[in-house]
Amino acid sequence: MTPALIEALGRIVGPKWVRHREAERVTYAADGLPTHESLPGVVVLPGTRDEVAAVLRLLHLLDIPFVARGAGTGLSGGALAGDHAVLLTLTRLHRVLAIRPAQRRAVVEPGVINTKLSEAAAPFGLHYVPDPSSQSACTIGGNVAENAGGPHCLKYGVTTNHVTALDVILPDGQLVRLGSPHGEPWGPDLVGLFVGSEGMFGVAVEITVRLEPVPRMIRTIFADFMQLRAASEAVTAIIASGVVPAALEMMDQSCIRAVEASIYATGAKTDAAAVLLAELDGSPEAVAADAVVVEALLAVHGARSVSSATDPSARARLWQGRKKAFGALGRIAPDLAVQDAVVPRSALPAILDQIAEIRDRHQLAISNVFHAGDGNLHPCISFDRRDPGQTARVAQASREIMEACLAAGGSMTGEHGVGSDKMEYMPAAFSPAALDLMCEVRRVFDPDARANPGKVFPIHTCREWHRSGVT
Amino acid sequence: MSHAVLERLTRLLGPEGAERDPRGLPRAVPESNDALVLVCQAALNEGWKIRIEGNGTWQPTDAPADLALSTRGLTRIVSVCPADLVATVQAGVTMEALRATLLPHRLWLAIDPPGRPDRTIGSVVATGTAGPLRHGFGPVRDQVLGCTVVTGDGRLVAAGGRVVKNVAGYDLTKLHAGGFGAFGVITDVHLRLRAQPAVDLTLLARGDRLALLDAGRRAMASAGCMIALELLSPSLAATSEWMLAVRMAGSTEGVAAEILRLEAESGIHWETPTAERAATLWNLVARAPLGGEIVIRLGTLADGLETLLDTMLEQLGEGLLAAGITSGAVRWAGEADASRLLALRQLLAAREVPLTLERAPWPVRRRVGHFGAYREGVGPLVGRLRATFDPRQSFAAALEGSGD
Repeated sequence: MTPALIEALGRIVGPKWVRHREAERVTYAADGLPTHESLPGVVVLPGTRDEVAAVLRLLHLLDIPFVARGAGTGLSGGALAGDHAVLLTLTRLHRVLAIRPAQRRAVVEPGVINTKLSEAAAPFGLHYVPDPSSQSACTIGGNVAENAGGPHCLKYGVTTNHVTALDVILPDGQLVRLGSPHGEPWGPDLVGLFVGSEGMFGVAVEITVRLEPVPRMIRTIFADFMQLRAASEAVTAIIASGVVPAALEMMDQSCIRAVEASIYATGAKTDAAAVLLAELDGSPEAVAADAVVVEALLAVHGARSVSSATDPSARARLWQGRKKAFGALGRIAPDLAVQDAVVPRSALPAILDQIAEIRDRHQLAISNVFHAGDGNLHPCISFDRRDPGQTARVAQASREIMEACLAAGGSMTGEHGVGSDKMEYMPAAFSPAALDLMCEVRRVFDPDARANPGKVFPIHTCREWHRSGVT
Repeated sequence: MSHAVLERLTRLLGPEGAERDPRGLPRAVPESNDALVLVCQAALNEGWKIRIEGNGTWQPTDAPADLALSTRGLTRIVSVCPADLVATVQAGVTMEALRATLLPHRLWLAIDPPGRPDRTIGSVVATGTAGPLRHGFGPVRDQVLGCTVVTGDGRLVAAGGRVVKNVAGYDLTKLHAGGFGAFGVITDVHLRLRAQPAVDLTLLARGDRLALLDAGRRAMASAGCMIALELLSPSLAATSEWMLAVRMAGSTEGVAAEILRLEAESGIHWETPTAERAATLWNLVARAPLGGEIVIRLGTLADGLETLLDTMLEQLGEGLLAAGITSGAVRWAGEADASRLLALRQLLAAREVPLTLERAPWPVRRRVGHFGAYREGVGPLVGRLRATFDPRQSFAAALEGSGD
């Protein structure tokens, strides 16, 4: 990046908010995905929406690509920028602009941390539902870009179900106002189209979200199983029963053992093949009735032991292993590749068998901790990136897991996004016509394809890029 | 021209796939997605305008076009998977046929759209017309996991998927759900189903509008099992007073407790109609909008409903009106000319309330448009999206009105 650009950016945001030395840029070379790194050309941290617009106008004039980034907790390499691009870090836009209890709405800037929003809503008996595992660090803007999920999305839906309006700065610096505070779209549903577009349509600078009442009663049920298949069959039975748990999570033996060997140990028995966590919420009477159904189904499907709690601290203990699982898995090896795929719920038992077979064949340590109720798998592969042979086996195993999930009628990603990690699977998931159309839709928002370039779509899949001679 | 179009359709689809509608317009009734693609490609090449139709029971089939394209030949329920709570159906499947298919599996689709039971699912998704169940389950788009469409330039494109969580690629499904056919003809949809609850019960209260609104607001604070909370105008409810209708679903114990809580907190008298009477009422709510030539949809926040209803009564009269107290979605059906609707849209836009024209004769749709008074920067985006999906504007959809 030229000194002139660095100076021009400094004039907009103040020189101290432009990071151009290599030692400064290294901080931003990766997100939560350990297998991809890329050093951005320059990092700029605007402090207001007007500064975001001014930066984007400047980059538009100079035809320079950019990547918007929140806290960098993403797991798909979606927030990486190359040396030809400007990384636009939005963490300084961290104000909760309004909490409107009577309307059950909040208006926030994109850099607000997920849990901070719920903390701001708590005095009104309200909370923001989507709760990705990284919620204590990830930002609402990043959640919008990736359409983030979380354990409690089973009952309440993912980010797209909770965003009603967006103020967006397009890549040419123009402001567009999508949706309405109520949620009734003001025209075609452009909010729905924008959420999950992985930063390729523009930068959301103001986000209006729904807030939901904090449930009157919450019961967490913890069950362990001696067979993984039995646990997954219990998941299918619970969903089919008509009871909609707020969350339905599973961990396999490898994961349980990692947690129990760590400082996060909960006392779970390490000979269990799997544990299931079901959370029920609502009125005390409804929760009590649903608990009877769920506990009976757990017993029918061979749960060895079932315990439950309604007290917040006891519930937190039951959740601890699940919440700290990713951290505990750090004990197994220096690096962790967290995969993300979805299968129809009924395919869970078979797909877990397939993952075990892939694990054995490639001699890898794979642990499963996932949103079972959604069929949203997170196979976690522990490895050491300094070992090229092992790293290659991780890539191959990831590919085989992805292919198995797609073959089962699933999706290559349920909540982490495609980013730079999963582009290669897009042609297996979508027809050439669908890929073309998506590329064309991107150009409606960003005609020069400068926003988060080189993500989601492998270049060769976009017909129009062939036509323009870009390969 | 009309003869040449029919002849071409007959060549493409065979005599069973080409006919004339009651007004003599050539009508294509393809029975496969590939056949539908052929029709769209032919229209593109010839510069023909296409009017998309389902069973013709909701939107008047009166848009000027060179041919009608009906999805009523696409009537296959492709799959129902009770374990996954997902169904895949073709666009021409009627709501009633789907309901009957799901019933033995103890499953249901949480959409109760306005109109007749023989309305097609394609029509419901394309127009995004939710009913009172929006309170408990969200808008139509939340029940649609994915869809397949044919674009104006004849591309067959699958969007989304058939799993409940999916962020692969852009979510093009959202554009088609409620896009009024401006971005393509929906051919198949993957739907999110629910298991039938043990109890599904309705409660009714009658009285003064403001008192019911107030009671409804108090009720919504305690409503874990509530799946609908709808305020109905006297003419819609066919009573002399306004009516507040609540629908609760869940476990026997959960619903019983919620009813006690509702009675205590709302401070009004509730009746519990029989299951048959309750079904009749909700059918009435669905069919009532057909009693007006014009149907509009408005969306407001919970604390703005009273003011919005005042405005509606002042501007358009009571009409056949149903308002979701929590969802803030208001549907009004009655008689109103285009000028009045355009003026109302401008008035409401200043209050951040969008007005969607759901159903109207073509002359009104042409002038008012389904959408309008876009917020800042939206109009050009919609125009470019439309050009992307339908470059020659083959589809006769009045997305935006002429405003004249």
